[in-house]
Formats: sequence, structure tokens, C-alpha cells
Amino acid sequence: MVMDDSLRELYQEVILDHSRHPHHYGALSGASHVGEGYNPLCGDRVKIYLAVDSEGRITNITFEGKGCAISQASASLMTDTLTGKSIAEAEKLMGGFLHLVKGEAAEGLPEDDRERLEAMAGVSAFPMRVKCATLAWHTMKSALEGGDAAKSE
Amino acid sequence: MTAQAKITAPFDPAAARADFEILGREVYGRPLVYLDNAASAQKPRQVLDAMRDFAQGEYANVHRGVHYLSAAATGRYESAREAVRRFLNARGSDEIVFTKGGTEAINLVAASFLAPRIEAGDEIVLSVMEHHSNIVPWHFLRERCGAVLRWVDVGDDGSLDVEALEAAIGPKTRLVAIAHMSNVLGTIAPLKEIVARAHARGVPVLADGCQGAVHERVDVQDLDVDFYAITGHKLYGPTGIGALYGKRAHLKAMRPYNGGGEMIREVTREVVTYADPPARFEAGTPPIIEAVGLEAALAYLSALDREAVAAHESDLYAYARESVRRFNWLRAIGDAPGKGAILSFEAEGMHAHDLATILDREGVAVRAGHHCAQVLMERFGVVSTTRASFALYNTRGEVDALVAALAKAQKILG
Repeated sequence: MVMDDSLRELYQEVILDHSRHPHHYGALSGASHVGEGYNPLCGDRVKIYLAVDSEGRITNITFEGKGCAISQASASLMTDTLTGKSIAEAEKLMGGFLHLVKGEAAEGLPEDDRERLEAMAGVSAFPMRVKCATLAWHTMKSALEGGDAAKSE
Repeated sequence: MTAQAKITAPFDPAAARADFEILGREVYGRPLVYLDNAASAQKPRQVLDAMRDFAQGEYANVHRGVHYLSAAATGRYESAREAVRRFLNARGSDEIVFTKGGTEAINLVAASFLAPRIEAGDEIVLSVMEHHSNIVPWHFLRERCGAVLRWVDVGDDGSLDVEALEAAIGPKTRLVAIAHMSNVLGTIAPLKEIVARAHARGVPVLADGCQGAVHERVDVQDLDVDFYAITGHKLYGPTGIGALYGKRAHLKAMRPYNGGGEMIREVTREVVTYADPPARFEAGTPPIIEAVGLEAALAYLSALDREAVAAHESDLYAYARESVRRFNWLRAIGDAPGKGAILSFEAEGMHAHDLATILDREGVAVRAGHHCAQVLMERFGVVSTTRASFALYNTRGEVDALVAALAKAQKILG
């Protein structure tokens, strides 16, 4: 089957695996932070639960929500990536991820995190889908800031 | 759909396609298959030529100057109004108000017709298949005037039951607001019957004709509908222009909408008096070039055998509906008898945006999302659907391309 390279890159096996079997899916009892995100373009919703300890380290992240393969995989990868990180590290990774999916240089990311997140880089060839990839990350940011529901815009 | 007994020759989309240059282009190296017509239709050369010729040869502001071009432009603008009158078979062109589009037409009725008549607890009857443009203006009246929205459900096949609609009408109902044709389900509302039942209870009816006017012959006198909203860009015309048909007596009794130039009789330091309809509702410089384009679009449509076009579109839909039955993972939403040429569906295990992205790379343009109809999405228990909507220039070959692209998407995502 002939397949567009950028499409193969976008829907690579690791992305589809994460979307079909997302990691850390479900509510988290005893969460210290909760954020809700909404993409008005498609109506997709995501809810992020965080447990942050007294030293500012993220000990647990889970998410709930329904969405496209890109948004589900991105949320799943995010939970893998940010668990165990300090808030400062998490913020740096969030910034790096946003650069990555927009096709911009994402420097200063730890090697293992970069390798994991590279799977999402294919989104940059699909500008209409970048919001799908960033929804969970924006929601994470708003959960940490304790602000209003995040919109992926 | 309209009776098709008189058809003499089937409609040939190939001839029409030559008028739409954009249909010849490629996307991602593949022929464009444009199936997003319910969102906006492509424009034929005749429309684009009319707009350019007018802008290059006769353009000026309307209703203002005494100079030659202003008179010429005013003539063209009013000629477009007359074209809309003919298209909808209104009694007079003073019953046609130009707007930015269908949305503004409905907002105009909400603000100028209904808002002054609404008291807290009064009701507006509308169906769950409405587009947000025929929901949000009524929510405004709920928020601002205490109006109550009464929702009429559709059947599981998407059909709209007149009895259910009538049952929602009560002594406090002030308006029935209903889509002539659903932009998601393709359901065509039995408008004439709805109007008759509502009028028997003394309730006026607004029809959102943004989809319906494209595919159905509309005769507002025969329907006896009080208001009928259309938009130009779905009728193969330009964006930025639509129209509201309103019965003369209603329009005359309505307060102004926007304030500004054109819509006044006299302005002093103390008071202002207003122009008669339709000028009363057309503050500011109107979309003049777009009006000329709209007239050209209506002329284009009217020159075709519209029954044959409707039969062609029905055939495309029926062929597509039949073709996707082979996909056991696909659930079509909206199977009402006599529905318009829109195929909406949910795909098991595949999100509409993922599906649409893959279809797009095959050159197939469809809409994915909630289609500005979130109440309807909730009714059918979905967040979003994928929608293929057909126009006069689509072909069975394009349906085949859609089906092949769907099979491919399922291989990737399923």
C-alpha cells in the first residue's frame, strides 16, 4: 500500500499503541492538582490529575478524556515523561514539546525524554493537528498554575 | 425531496465541472475530491467573472451618490435583491434584507423581531438538529429576556416528527425556529406542514434555509413561512452575503438592528427616524460586489434543471450510502426518508479528525468535528462525526475515491 511519508510519520506504531492503550489512564484519588482542557474545534476534552509532593516533585500523573489518536497518544506520552520530574523540569519539557510539534528547534531536553517525544514530531507536518497534540500539555500547565480550564489554541 | 417525475435528461456533472476551475487542481499530488460542500460550496467562473467585471466596470457605493457609477451600482445591487426575491418567490423585493450571511439573518430576527416580544417564561421551540447559528441567538434571549428553549427531538433515523414539534408548542410559544435541512443529518423538515401547525396556534416560524435553499426549491409564499434565512457561499456564491426573507408586515413592525448610515430617514441632535424595510436593516455600506456575485450564482443555479440536479445529488448520496455498507466499522448517522445529500458517520475506534487527516492526504476533503451542532452530537452520543456532503459537481467516481480512502484509513487506524 502506497502511503504518504508524513502520514506514516504521524500515525507511526508507537503513537497508535499509546492511543489504543494509553498509559496512566483514569482518575487519581488524592490528586493535588487537577486541570481540564477543551478543544472547541472538535469538542475533545481532557482532564489531568497530578500529585505533587512537598518538594515540588510530580509523583504521579493520570488523565481521562476522549479524543483523537494524536491527543490521546500525546497525553499518554506526557504522563510517562513528566512523572518523577520537578515542576521546573516539567515546565522546561512542556516548552520543548511545544517547539517540537511546531517543527521548531527544541534544545536542552534530556536525551531519553527527547527520544520518547520525538514520536510526536510528525505532527509538525499537519498544522491543523498541532492543537490536538498540545491539548494535554496546555492542560497540564493550567493544572500546575491552578488556573481556568485550558483551551488548546 | 422534490418530485422527480418531470425529468427529461439526467444532469451531467462533467459539463458543470468545467465551470469550477478549482475542481481541476490537485492536493498532495492527488486530484481534489471536494466533499465539504455543506460547509461551503465552490464558486463557478460565472460568479467570479460577474464580481470582477462589476468591480472593474461599474463599482461605486450604493444609494448615496448622484453620479453615474453610483446609480449603476445601485441598480446592480437592487437587481440582486430582485434575484433573491425570484429565487424564494417572495411577494416583493422589500421583503428581502441583505445580511452578512445566514447567521446574521437569524440574529436580526432574534434581536429585532423576537426580543421586544419576549417576556420571562415565554418559549421558543427549536429542534435538536439546529446549527449553532439557529441556537445561540435564542440562548441570547434566554440569558437576556428569560426566554425558555423548548427542544424537539429527532428520531433515531434523524427524522423530524411534526406531531412531536406541534406537541412542544404551548400558549407561551412565541416562535418556532427550525432548519429546513440539517447540516449534519441531511434531514429535510416538513416545513409547510410545520408552518401550518404553528400558524394554527398563532405562532410564527423562522426557517434556517442555509442548507435547504441549496437543494430544495423554495417558495416562501407557498410555505407561508414568516422568515427564511439563506447564505450566499453555500449557494455557489461569495462569502460575506446572505439574505433574510421576512413577511412585509413583520419587517415593518420590527425595530432597527444595527445603527448607521443607509438605515435612517432623518437624524437630528435630538431624535432619529428610520427608513422603511429593507433599508432599515442594512446599516452601513453593504456587500455590494458580493450581491452581484450572489445574483450570478442564483442565475447559474436557475439556468440548470434543478430537479435533475436534485436527482443527481440524491443518486450520489444513495450510491455513497450503499458503498459504505461494506464497512462494518462505520455507523451512518441520519437515514431519514427523502433526506438531502449529506453522509455523516462515526467510525468505530477511529476519531473523526484522524480519519479526516488521512482522507485529506488522499485528496478527499471532508468535514470532521461537531459541525456547529453540539446539541445534535449529544443527542446521538458522539463527540464528533465525519461528514461528506455532495454538490451538483460531484461524481460517482469521487464517491469511489472517498470509499477507497476510507478503506485505507481503516487499515492505518483500525
